[in-house]
Amino acid sequence: MTIKQNFFNEMQSGEGVRYPYAAYQEWFACQDNDRLARKSQEAEAFFRRTGITFNVYGQSDAEERLIPFDLVPRIMSEREWTKLSKGIDQRVRAINAFLHDIYNRQEILRAGILPIELVAQNDAFLPQMLDFSPPGNVYTHIVGTDIVRTGEDDFFVLEDNARTPSGVSYMLENRETMLQMFPELFGRIKVQRVSDYPKNLRASLEASAPANCEGRPCVVVLTPGVYNSAYYEHSFLADQMGVELVEGHDLRVVDGRIAMRTTCGYKVIDVIYRRVDDEYLDPLTFNPDSFLGVPGIMDVYRAGNITIANAPGTGVADDKAIYSYMPAIIEFYTGEKALLKNVETYRCSEPESLKYVLDNLADLVVKEVHGSGGYGMLVGPAATKAEISEFAKKLKARPANYIAQPTLSLSAVPIFSELGLAPRHVDLRPFALVSPRGVDITPGGLTRVALSEGSLVVNSSQGGGTKDTWVLES
Amino acid sequence: MLGKTAGGLYWMFRFLERAENVARLIEAGFRIALTRSTDPESEWKSVIVTSAAQPAYEAKHVGYDSSQVVEFLLRDADNPSSVLSVIKSARDNARLVRTALTSEVWSAVNETWMLLKDVLSQPIPETDLPEVLATIRHQSALVRGALHGTMMRNDAYDFCQLGTLIERADSTLRIIDVKYYALLPSPSLVGSRIDNVQWETILRSVSAYRSYRSAVDDGYTPAGVARYLILDRRMPRSLAFCASMIKDSLSLLSEKYQEERPSFEMACALDARLLGRDIGAIFDEGLHEFSGSMQNDIAALGFQIEQDYRFNK
Repeated sequence: MTIKQNFFNEMQSGEGVRYPYAAYQEWFACQDNDRLARKSQEAEAFFRRTGITFNVYGQSDAEERLIPFDLVPRIMSEREWTKLSKGIDQRVRAINAFLHDIYNRQEILRAGILPIELVAQNDAFLPQMLDFSPPGNVYTHIVGTDIVRTGEDDFFVLEDNARTPSGVSYMLENRETMLQMFPELFGRIKVQRVSDYPKNLRASLEASAPANCEGRPCVVVLTPGVYNSAYYEHSFLADQMGVELVEGHDLRVVDGRIAMRTTCGYKVIDVIYRRVDDEYLDPLTFNPDSFLGVPGIMDVYRAGNITIANAPGTGVADDKAIYSYMPAIIEFYTGEKALLKNVETYRCSEPESLKYVLDNLADLVVKEVHGSGGYGMLVGPAATKAEISEFAKKLKARPANYIAQPTLSLSAVPIFSELGLAPRHVDLRPFALVSPRGVDITPGGLTRVALSEGSLVVNSSQGGGTKDTWVLES
Repeated sequence: MLGKTAGGLYWMFRFLERAENVARLIEAGFRIALTRSTDPESEWKSVIVTSAAQPAYEAKHVGYDSSQVVEFLLRDADNPSSVLSVIKSARDNARLVRTALTSEVWSAVNETWMLLKDVLSQPIPETDLPEVLATIRHQSALVRGALHGTMMRNDAYDFCQLGTLIERADSTLRIIDVKYYALLPSPSLVGSRIDNVQWETILRSVSAYRSYRSAVDDGYTPAGVARYLILDRRMPRSLAFCASMIKDSLSLLSEKYQEERPSFEMACALDARLLGRDIGAIFDEGLHEFSGSMQNDIAALGFQIEQDYRFNK
């Protein structure tokens, strides 16, 4: 590992191995590279046979792809994790309070903390949610906060993903795979469990059922269908929770409740963990051409007879311009300073910021405010002059559509390569469950890793891989 | 259980059974054409007709050349009943109902699809055909073994069974329908070589060529072969076996759901039509007429099961 280290290496710092990796390093040093390479191939075969794949849009179903899995875990100490999880806990509580506020009293707008147009002109803001409180006042039952690290104590939130975060099945399958491949490792090193997630998810969803629900709440997972890119995850979660996996055409409104067609007629359900976007949820309310949703579900919802998780309209909190106000939002609702840092963000809607961004494009990352998945963004330091001038035109045409951030020097964790360990940049997506009973965060999360040397793009749609993520027991 | 899930399980196992039946037809056709037939083209034609693929085949091909037929039945994507097509359909349905399957059954189906997709990606030379057909049989056995060995005996299992048995009954009936003339007791042909070839094909098409010898004492006679195929409950591809198992599965479902639905009554009637029946009486009724009306009854039963258990609405 002699490449220039202008980034934080989570395994090696200076001369030595960082504390959380000490026991792992000791084990790794005794391993035979050929055996590890074989294990790596075994893991791939296992993922294929189990069908842990994602579909690539616009390609035939022959193109079910694997997300590459790297066998070196990303390891955090209990202390590091406690700090992070406190910050996430604070943040998801604030986001729920924020969503309730903007759909009801709108005090944050009246207090002048957030410009009204950021909410009013936000495509994800749904007027249908105004003057309504979802069961238990929970909007974001499942949150996947994207976090990056730049130094020993420097963690930043990159995105909040309050809408429909995906990837939790990889968190679970990665651990399962590691347990299968290296059982001896888990005997030597005590790692906090992640396998309770499905049980906790079901409990959390049940606790969010409508108040008038009788008996044990009936929970289902709603998927757009087998051709959706995350279908594997939908079926995995339904299976692991022991609930039905439904599509829109399995559901209908029966006597003011949502019911699913079973072999014994229609059965009432109480909670829908939906993986269908807002726009497609109800053709009577939103996109009339949608076949993925349930006609009339929004009426049932507003009557308080079904829980939709996550609530419609939560995407407002994912907007990158809103993100730039998140420290103020957190302080407004919790009365505390934000525990986790935001990345410095320039709103291109503001003339001064726009000028700065245009002058410094080569050093910045510019993102669309509603974008996700790494699409439609400019990574200045990696872009050619032509790409930068092309992007500048788009930026000048619609400045309010963009924000810019300094290029962060993401931390790196080694991957296993033919030449041994090689550092690659990573991010982290821990998963938080929110219910009226509280917030539950699974220790660790999904570590995504940019597999090519020097790359900062970790998205699976763009060549990223994943790692098992360990939080050590204290 | 969701109606859609019941339908997905039912169709998944219909398709798996179909893949196996098509492979078995090819195997029988290949063997007869190779070793016995003076007219292999007509042998291959009857294989195509039996697999209900004649219109699709004739839209593409002229004549019944052996390699062309095998190609069409094994790996032609335009043939919805080719092994490749039905394995894909089975796997698509399995993905749909994954939460109702054990991980063993799912992995077996998924592995089958991955393997056959690969094996059938190139034209199969005649020399490799026996091995490819064996692979298809092995994979079917793997999925079936996972089903019987790991699935709970709940409603999901019953729908898997129903799909398998409805498809199998239909397949056996089509074999009889195409070859009924060989099963008619015609004095002039009895004991002649032609008959023996046809009976061998028929028995091989249901993997019963060897079992027949030990199960039936009176040698290869039209009535013996017909009785074996239609009425012998020991033979797992006979009509009577399928009918009685269909009735059992629907009876189990009635118990679980505490309600008898119309399909159960139909299955009982079908079973009664075969129970204690004499093959002579079926010949009197007319074998062709009999197999035709049975095919209709099986199709109607399949349709009624879809309605009763809300596969689609």
